[in-house]
Amino acid sequence: MSLSTVGDTKNAENATENAKVALTVNGRVRQLELDPRTSLLDALREHLHLTGTKKGCDHGQCGACTVLINGRRINSCLTLAVMHADDEIVTIEGLGSPDALHPMQAAFVLRDGFQCGYCTPGQICSAIGMLAEAKAGWPSHATADVAAQTTALTDAEIRERMSGNICRCAAYPNIIAAIRDVAEGDRG
Amino acid sequence: MRPFTYERAIDPEAAVAAVSKAGAKFISGGTNLLDLMKLEIERPIHLVDISRLPLKDIKEEPDGGMRIGAQATNSDVAADIRVRTRYPVLSQALLAGASGQLRNKASVGGNLLQRTRCPYFYDTAASCNKRDPSSGCAAIGGINRGHAILGASDACIATHPSDMAVAMVVLDAEIELLDADRATRRIAIGDFHRLPGTTPHIETALKTGEMITGVVLPAPPEGRQFYRKVRDRASYAFALVSVAVVVATERGTITSARVAFGGVAHKPWRAKEAEAALTGGTATMATYWAAAEAAMAGATGRGHNDFKIELAKRTLCRTLAHAAQEN
Ligand SMILES: Cc1cc2nc3c(=O)[nH]c(=O)nc-3n(C[C@H](O)[C@H](O)[C@H](O)COP(=O)(O)OP(=O)(O)OC[C@H]3O[C@@H](n4cnc5c(N)ncnc54)[C@H](O)[C@@H]3O)c2cc1C
Ligand code: SF4
Ligand code: FES
Ligand code: FES
Repeated sequence: MSLSTVGDTKNAENATENAKVALTVNGRVRQLELDPRTSLLDALREHLHLTGTKKGCDHGQCGACTVLINGRRINSCLTLAVMHADDEIVTIEGLGSPDALHPMQAAFVLRDGFQCGYCTPGQICSAIGMLAEAKAGWPSHATADVAAQTTALTDAEIRERMSGNICRCAAYPNIIAAIRDVAEGDRG
Repeated sequence: MRPFTYERAIDPEAAVAAVSKAGAKFISGGTNLLDLMKLEIERPIHLVDISRLPLKDIKEEPDGGMRIGAQATNSDVAADIRVRTRYPVLSQALLAGASGQLRNKASVGGNLLQRTRCPYFYDTAASCNKRDPSSGCAAIGGINRGHAILGASDACIATHPSDMAVAMVVLDAEIELLDADRATRRIAIGDFHRLPGTTPHIETALKTGEMITGVVLPAPPEGRQFYRKVRDRASYAFALVSVAVVVATERGTITSARVAFGGVAHKPWRAKEAEAALTGGTATMATYWAAAEAAMAGATGRGHNDFKIELAKRTLCRTLAHAAQEN
């Protein structure tokens, strides 16, 4: 009846049997054997050693774990790795490298869009996902008329659309400046 | 988190068959279920992944209404141009909830079934009739600033946290369900969520193993729609109080009105008394205030949440003034 069943609760008190899952991360297919309980975040950090993606709250409340799945931003802490077998997963490591930064990474450096840097990978992945949403014409809670076909990406719009990313260092003004730079670059 | 087995369902019939196993649960976006599983408040032993089911369509219906598949994400519904133009209150309510990342995962079905954010429900060391029937309610006599002012009981004073559901209630939506015998039924959203009574652990009219397949919206009601949410911070926070309205006016007279509240009860709260007080009245603050008084006539505070009664009244007045003015 189903595509696949994994795990075995015969010994429910012990760990379940591991599940085989192939994850496509930053363009590479990675074969993993995981406890079905493994969040995508833990699979990335603990199993693939892609530690750029951060764990802040582990409960969807901070955005530090934001990654892109098929181009859309999500919280990797509130999803299971086994649920992503057929997806394209992109983490901060897949966006650029120190000598070839993604424009959003470069803008965060130029604008000093961080202090400790803990929230930064999540901020950058989220900002990239957010700009794609804005480009597709999605309204936000800051949009006066949700039926309008287009919305100008004002600072108020950026703030609202980025509200799922908390910065404990409160680098917000510079984060907004960095995102604005990239958004304006896109337009020009 | 407790151990569980996992399977991905390939069609709705397979999903309901798979979930009939004891201790099995559906998982959709996972944004509420996994949160609660990490805390061992939810302890399924088998998960049936329904997130890939072909139930994502948002379609127009022949009668002028729309059908939204249960697996449509909160983002897709909020961004759909037909929803934005014909049911703006629904788009506004969705956009007022959670964050961009969460809305990209959250499904319509999961949003309707999300559980309360009562902090004692989340604290496994506290007594909570909803989590552990007959253990008591730590919120009564505890810190209950976020709790219900309408329809609560001595067993539970929790609220339903959904914004989306408040808009769906004001739009008279119906929920489409499929059960393990492959029978389908529709239920009015107003009859779907329950008041706590003596059994706060039973939250909806969903039967064991039943799956939500979609939500049907009737043709948009006449009038202007608006959703307003009041919360402790400007974004990414649950409602203290929210209001969804649909008002039609003709030369200063209210010809029809619909009102629903969020954050005030164990279910999205339709305020028929307020609607009656508005219909036929003049579109003035005096009428709005009378409607607000009618809506809150049966409201009771529990101490910390007393302010919500006044807040709900003022929020309704302001929302009505905004909606009626641009008619
Ligand atoms: C930090 C944070 C802030 C939030 N803020 C808000 C907010 O401001 N406003 C708001 O409204 N919400 C808010 N939410 C809640 C969010 O909207 C819900 O978590 C989400 O809508 C749940 O959808 P899901 O698909 O992820 O559900 P899941 O977590 O997958 O499932 C939830 C429940 O529904 C069941 N289920 C799912 N789909 C079906 C179906 N089709 N049929 C039968 N059963 C089903 C599951 O078995 C489970 O019991 C917030 C969440 C977080 C983590
Ligand atoms: S209000 Fe309801 S959910 Fe909260 S502690 Fe009381 S019984 Fe539990
Ligand atoms: S770690 Fe995922 S949102 Fe905080
Ligand atoms: S830079 Fe320190 S948390 Fe954002």
